[in-house]
Amino acid sequence: MSLSNTRISYQNLKMNFNEVNPGLTDREAIEESNRCLYCYDAPCITACPTGIDIPTFIKKIASGNIKGSAKTIMKSNPIGASCARVCPTEELCEGACVLNRSTKPIMIGNLQRYATDWAIRNEQVLFEPGKKNGKTVAIVGGGPAGLSAARELGLLGYDVTIFEAAENAGGLNTYGIVSFRLPQNISFWEVKQVESLDVKIQTNTRVGEDISVDEILTNFDAVILAIGMSKVPSLGIDGEDLDGVFDAIDFVMETKTKPISDRFLGKRVVVIGAGNTAIDGATCSVRLGAENVKILYRRTVKEMTAYDFEYEFAKQDGVEFRWLTAPKKIIGDEQGLVKAIECIKMELGEPGKDGRRSPIPIEGSEFILEVDAVIKAIGQTRYTGLIEQFGLEHKGGVVKINPETLQTSNKKVFACGDVIFGKGQGEAMVVSAAQQGKDAAYAIHKVIFGAVSEIV
Amino acid sequence: MADLRINLAGIESPNPFWLASAPPTNSGYQVQRAFDAGWGGAVWKTLGDPILNVTSRFGAVSFNGQRVAGFNNIELISDRPLEVNLKEIKETKKLFPNHTIIASLMVEPKQEKWHEIVKRVEEVGVDGLELNFGCPHGMAERGMGSASGQVPSLVEQQTYWVKEVAQTPVIVKLTPNITDITATAEAATRGGADAISMINTINSLAGVDLDTWNTIPHVGGKGAHGGYCGPAVKPIALNMVAECARSPHINIPISGIGGISTWQDAVEYMLMGASGVQVCTAAMHHGFRIVEDMIEGLDNYLEQKGIASVMDIVGKTVPRYSDWGDLDLNYKIVARINNDVCINCNKCHIACEDTSHQCIDMLKDGNGYNILKVREEDCVGCNLCSIVCPVDGAIDMVEVPSGLPPMTWNERQAALGAVSCKIDSVK
Repeated sequence: MSLSNTRISYQNLKMNFNEVNPGLTDREAIEESNRCLYCYDAPCITACPTGIDIPTFIKKIASGNIKGSAKTIMKSNPIGASCARVCPTEELCEGACVLNRSTKPIMIGNLQRYATDWAIRNEQVLFEPGKKNGKTVAIVGGGPAGLSAARELGLLGYDVTIFEAAENAGGLNTYGIVSFRLPQNISFWEVKQVESLDVKIQTNTRVGEDISVDEILTNFDAVILAIGMSKVPSLGIDGEDLDGVFDAIDFVMETKTKPISDRFLGKRVVVIGAGNTAIDGATCSVRLGAENVKILYRRTVKEMTAYDFEYEFAKQDGVEFRWLTAPKKIIGDEQGLVKAIECIKMELGEPGKDGRRSPIPIEGSEFILEVDAVIKAIGQTRYTGLIEQFGLEHKGGVVKINPETLQTSNKKVFACGDVIFGKGQGEAMVVSAAQQGKDAAYAIHKVIFGAVSEIV
Repeated sequence: MADLRINLAGIESPNPFWLASAPPTNSGYQVQRAFDAGWGGAVWKTLGDPILNVTSRFGAVSFNGQRVAGFNNIELISDRPLEVNLKEIKETKKLFPNHTIIASLMVEPKQEKWHEIVKRVEEVGVDGLELNFGCPHGMAERGMGSASGQVPSLVEQQTYWVKEVAQTPVIVKLTPNITDITATAEAATRGGADAISMINTINSLAGVDLDTWNTIPHVGGKGAHGGYCGPAVKPIALNMVAECARSPHINIPISGIGGISTWQDAVEYMLMGASGVQVCTAAMHHGFRIVEDMIEGLDNYLEQKGIASVMDIVGKTVPRYSDWGDLDLNYKIVARINNDVCINCNKCHIACEDTSHQCIDMLKDGNGYNILKVREEDCVGCNLCSIVCPVDGAIDMVEVPSGLPPMTWNERQAALGAVSCKIDSVK
């Protein structure tokens, strides 16, 4: 066994889950913020799905008004502290920075983190609840979209209750994004900001089980469905129930909620899939001390859905990639533990309905990899049952909405976030969910009061 | 290599870069280090009757995260015994006979005081004297420094007293804390000064601490005004040099001082009439070694321009500096934006729209890309857009023919006067 990765501590695994990026120092932030041109009608604002007034928040860092900076960020994006860490900034704000054409773009994500970190460290409460308007809204799901909707509704004076199945709100940000990129306390601070607007968050409450759908539909003036997505689907191959086969989402969640264990120390891990969750599963495995981590993907690097910076990060972590490789069978030992995986090589055929070339198995190319664990990361299933309890029209668990109003087939129920993502509809980014949450809030306000304007 | 030697009122120096009278020239050790680094001369920190200094002496102004845009001090003249300074001047001159040492002097405005100190410093072999009529803080409260320097008759009288006994050239250092510096410069000339140097520091308060509400700097919770220098004062000083250089009543050499940080600054001062320059803040910010680039940069500049001697550039821009009334009202420039270079920060648009003449439009080109365009007929040629533009070459200020012959305000008024006279005569 060769445990030689210099980025990893094999003595203190817990340390491997500390945030990787140290954030800007005060001096770095001053220099970088002063480098911003303070463009007029800046393209970075347009490139941000939540429309953060980026030049303004950066100017405020330069002037030493860090609280004001954090407020500018959080006003447009209620989960702006998380987004500072997880947004694919080079595809959004930083990609649009005019300095790409003269020097190098401003580190907008890092500056956003600098300002929000300051607010977190100094326990700032940035907003006050609006004057109560007497209307009630239930939000099902306390993830990015739900929190964002709740924050806007709280500012507008609604009596808001979030129903959250998990022990804590925050959704993906709390449970699904690896700690070394997004520590839980960041998400918890954002939840607290929402709670400071008198939003009630009923955790450990699974709608449809702990409280009935009828009760919610009856007791509230409007309902927002922001339930996100569910577990990783099954691979549909033999051996999936062996000990040592994991759902990537559960796997990551464990590293964020339970003490770090040494059960992966020196082990060989394969991850199936090549999206951002697969990368998270792989890099978590490395940080848990695994000796060798491979990502198996049935297509090629070109079709991979993980962000470039995630791919780079995984490569630096020593993760190996096996392109055009699909699992065929997981093989266990006599105790029912995973001991190997049988794979088959693929080739790419004609483009499918989604425009991506579909993989075709190459007959007789099977081979066996000896492994100790298999992590599945091939997408997420839908909470179709709950959607149907609400009686909403959907397509394979993707709730149908009027894109103008975010209204579902039940005019009282609005939907946002991952529950409306898929089948050619919407965007999967956390920051898009934040904007949809805001939009759902404005849509409700418009329906109830006829008002359209954002809160100033 | 170009000839960088200068001659300022008979004082020769291997190059135009002198350290100004200030903390960097406090001791023989420092001045010797400076000469080793390449400085052509040093004006020794002002000698006079012993004084006491306070601690917490300097303050500085940062701008957009950059340190020392401006610098403020409340340090007084030399606090070391005169004998010690004189001994070290002698030693230093012996070690560096080809470098220039000027003694800066400040005493009470009494003839015998001036006679005494001039004789004592000339005994140790200085190359010239600089009379400190400029220091705005501390000493001024005792009737010296700028308190003397603000009164033309005192400048003239004290210069005269010095000239009564001086064997070496006398430079009078002027204070900028005065409405018209040519008044005191002329007074120095009348007193017999061989040269003038400017500017001394400007009355200043560096700042106020937002948490303690103390001044910056403060001495145990109390502050007093200091003297301001550094890059931020250069335009003020440059104008004062230029005004003296173009005055027909001031015909003695000028040593330029004020915010000089690079060889480029030095070239500007010399073009504006200075025969040499003095530097302080830049050395305090970066150390003596910056002079290497100053010398090399100046040499390369002269070589590239084909100029044999640095003295050949002295005053070359002075004839081009005039009064507003002599400027051509019919000269017209307009802004032109090069959209191939422009990065679309739109700073020119908003600067023009909000604060100038509303003539830069944000448009789309044929392919739907954002472009910026100047409506030249509305452009007043103010330069603001090209000043705020962060990209070199994106905005050019170009001359456009006005179709009219040159006409200054003064010429226009004269012409109007002639016309009205005629009308009068018709009556």
